[in-house]
Amino acid sequence: MVLNINNEIHDVSVDPYTPLLWVIREQLGLTGTKFGCGIGQCGACTIHLDGTPIRSCLTPVQSAEGKAITTIEGIAPGTTELHAVQTAWIEEQIPQCGYCQSGQIMAAHALLATNAAPTDEDIDQAMSGNICRCGTYPRVRKGIKRAAELLKASSNKKDTDHGEME
Amino acid sequence: MGKWSRRAFITTGVLTGGALVLGVAIRPGNRAKKVKDLIAGEGETVLNIWLKIDKDNIITVVVPHAEMGQGVHTTLPMMLADEMDADWTKVRMLEAPGNKEYANYALAKGFILGPKDIPSILMGTVDGFFLTATKQINLQITGGSASVRFTGMFAMRVAGAAARAVLLQAASEQWEIPAEELVVKNSKISHPETNRTAKFSDLAVKAANLKQPAKPLLKTSKEFTIMGTSPQRFDIPSKVNGTANFGIDMVLPNMKYAAIKASPVFGAKVKPLANEAIKDMAGVHKVVNLEGAVAVIADGYWLAKNAIDKLPIAFEKSANDAVAQSDIYDRYLQDMDSAISEGKEEKDIKKGNITAVFEEATNVVEAEYRVPYLAHAAMEPMNCTALVNADGCEIWVGSQNPLGFANSVAEALGIDRKEVIVNNQFLGGGFGRRSVPDVAVQAALIAKEVDYPVKLIWSREEDIRQDHYREANVSRFKAALDPKGMITAWNNQFVFKNEPEEAPHIPYAVDNQYIHYTNSETHIPWGFWRSVDSSMHAFFTESFMDELAFKANKDPYQFRREHLTNAPRYLKVLDKAAEKSNWEEPLPANWGRGISLHQSFGTIVAQVTEIELIEDKLKVHRVVCAADPGFAFHPDGFKAQMESGIIFGLTAALYGEITIENGAVKQSNFHDYQMLRMDESPKIETYIITSDNFPGGAGEPSTPGIAPAVVNAIFNASGMRIRSLPIKNHNLVTKPKPLA
Repeated sequence: MVLNINNEIHDVSVDPYTPLLWVIREQLGLTGTKFGCGIGQCGACTIHLDGTPIRSCLTPVQSAEGKAITTIEGIAPGTTELHAVQTAWIEEQIPQCGYCQSGQIMAAHALLATNAAPTDEDIDQAMSGNICRCGTYPRVRKGIKRAAELLKASSNKKDTDHGEME
Repeated sequence: MGKWSRRAFITTGVLTGGALVLGVAIRPGNRAKKVKDLIAGEGETVLNIWLKIDKDNIITVVVPHAEMGQGVHTTLPMMLADEMDADWTKVRMLEAPGNKEYANYALAKGFILGPKDIPSILMGTVDGFFLTATKQINLQITGGSASVRFTGMFAMRVAGAAARAVLLQAASEQWEIPAEELVVKNSKISHPETNRTAKFSDLAVKAANLKQPAKPLLKTSKEFTIMGTSPQRFDIPSKVNGTANFGIDMVLPNMKYAAIKASPVFGAKVKPLANEAIKDMAGVHKVVNLEGAVAVIADGYWLAKNAIDKLPIAFEKSANDAVAQSDIYDRYLQDMDSAISEGKEEKDIKKGNITAVFEEATNVVEAEYRVPYLAHAAMEPMNCTALVNADGCEIWVGSQNPLGFANSVAEALGIDRKEVIVNNQFLGGGFGRRSVPDVAVQAALIAKEVDYPVKLIWSREEDIRQDHYREANVSRFKAALDPKGMITAWNNQFVFKNEPEEAPHIPYAVDNQYIHYTNSETHIPWGFWRSVDSSMHAFFTESFMDELAFKANKDPYQFRREHLTNAPRYLKVLDKAAEKSNWEEPLPANWGRGISLHQSFGTIVAQVTEIELIEDKLKVHRVVCAADPGFAFHPDGFKAQMESGIIFGLTAALYGEITIENGAVKQSNFHDYQMLRMDESPKIETYIITSDNFPGGAGEPSTPGIAPAVVNAIFNASGMRIRSLPIKNHNLVTKPKPLA
């Protein structure tokens, strides 16, 4: 079976009903995506399938064939750069144990991709599927707002750069 | 698992543990040489066992505690670096190897000589503890909110100051200039008059051969330059890009995976097992019968889990097969009653004469409270990777107690402890759960059956059903109020007593007190759960205080104030929470405020909650938290821990409930063991009070006070008094406010 993960093509030989989570972690060695509950309740296994956040613990690998799979390892624009959500997560010192944070970041990333300036209600809506036992919710909320600012600043900069080029 | 009284420990420790009392960070016998191979690489100088310096003047601090999100991998190096006058930008961290040289002397000293009790987390799992107390204290434990308080105070700061002293001496000897004329700053020593400067690394080799003072002079808080600031945590970058290695992320060559199913009724044995159902499954390698559990080894976890679900696993009958939650509570009540009627209650505090007061009293208040069992439900399900071969056993696991794990694994395999290597990984949540070595023992016994490494992963269902639980409890109160509304007698009876010792004690001035408890046997495994006994006693005592305030016709904040006549530190914390919450400001209909005050692990915390009842739904809008930890070494980290503890405690208050049905745990996963989520998370404001008292903990002290602050707010909003947790079991109704 051919999978496109973080813009790389991988050929895996696996039972097509195996949840994508275990293929990502065990076959491909990308351990940033976590196992939390196995029943889609906690969000620790959140990844993107064609940009949409999904629970990889419940998604059979076959349904990801031909789609773009993105994991926490694949969101930074380069090896020395971070995604704005990751930068905000460091600035706001959000993670504690850190186990759920890959899932939190993937959920936040997906929210900001469709909503550049989320309200508290938008954040509640988008993030309530992700459990954090360390209780980092207040900081996650701040982090999303911070990431929105960073994204806005960088898109303004891009617009300016573009303008200068013309 | 033996239970040792604090007294027994102190006697043994002090009488026989001479070395322990004499030397803390810097013990005689130059241990630095012994650990050099363990921690030092090319071009690095080990100054003492807690730090090394490399050629580029990078200081690496060795930290003997696990990082589970509490920030200890950053805060402990800060404490050492500050005493050393190091350049913080050039400080790195290395977690100590699971080696007895890093057994936590400082921790033991803190409990023996410090102002606090020894948490029993230090006991039991460490085999032969008392037998070897004369030679070594086998502790490397992360728990009891103890890292900063004991390792930080007694090891890190002392080691940093001692290293500074020998570096200074080295410079002084090399330049032949009196030490008093030299300036130590930013990992350099200079002599301004002659314009000379040397980096620590230039002096390290010479300094390493000098005798370090065991009791160097430490800084006062006014002299701190790093302690009390909030640099970014070392562990966070790896936790935003997926590279942080948790126990469950371990990958080894030829590794296979195991799933496990243990007896739902604790302690029952596996019946003879037929393997036909899975013997033809491709990639499934072995079934291992561990007597109380069955494991399946396969090429992947999913496969192992599917295979074990197909096995017809059955368990022998046990005496506990019919036990229900109500039986446990009935037994508690029966044991409490008979303890009193037979005069067999265990005394905790007895002062004055409550009987005489109750005989005369006209205003007597009684109440009975209950809390359920609680599971830890750390986000990372329990897991351990093990390899067993002729050399012994090596395990990879996130542990709050690596040396205890090594002992238990050695005992289970029947090998010497020296043959067990524990590689500690990041912990995906600890909360006390990862001090119990059960999963490591299982992994080792499974790996013993094969010649490749095995990663054992518990399903979330196992994690919830095979925990070591915060116990269910019942607490009964009777108190008398005098005509002025002051408490004249306080009688409190509950079940079990673990730690902290002072958990059920009140800071309020009450002359006549009788606090006592009763033990009541159950088959449910007990474990340390964030804040341990305080997690329930704050709910009991601070809810009951609120009831008394109402009966005394007083404001709950003022009522507490009036009883804090001998406790100025508590008063200050309470006042701060009230002030910052605008306690006096009126609230809209169906809103309420509640207050609580509790000390645990050396930190006093007051909380005020603001809640709203919307139809029958509870919304916790805001929590104001005031805390006096003595000194907050990393204020932002301290605030993060207050937030964390509050949400952990609020989750339990609203939803936390493990029920026993047919001898087993009924709940199994997050759908029926519910967690607080983003949309229910309140705004939390934390105010730190610096009193310069001996440092208190951070990880646990905010958990206890949130439940009473919420139920007191519900009473304030509706007049409904909640006496049992979780709150979800109560039908909340909006009513007019009670008239005080």
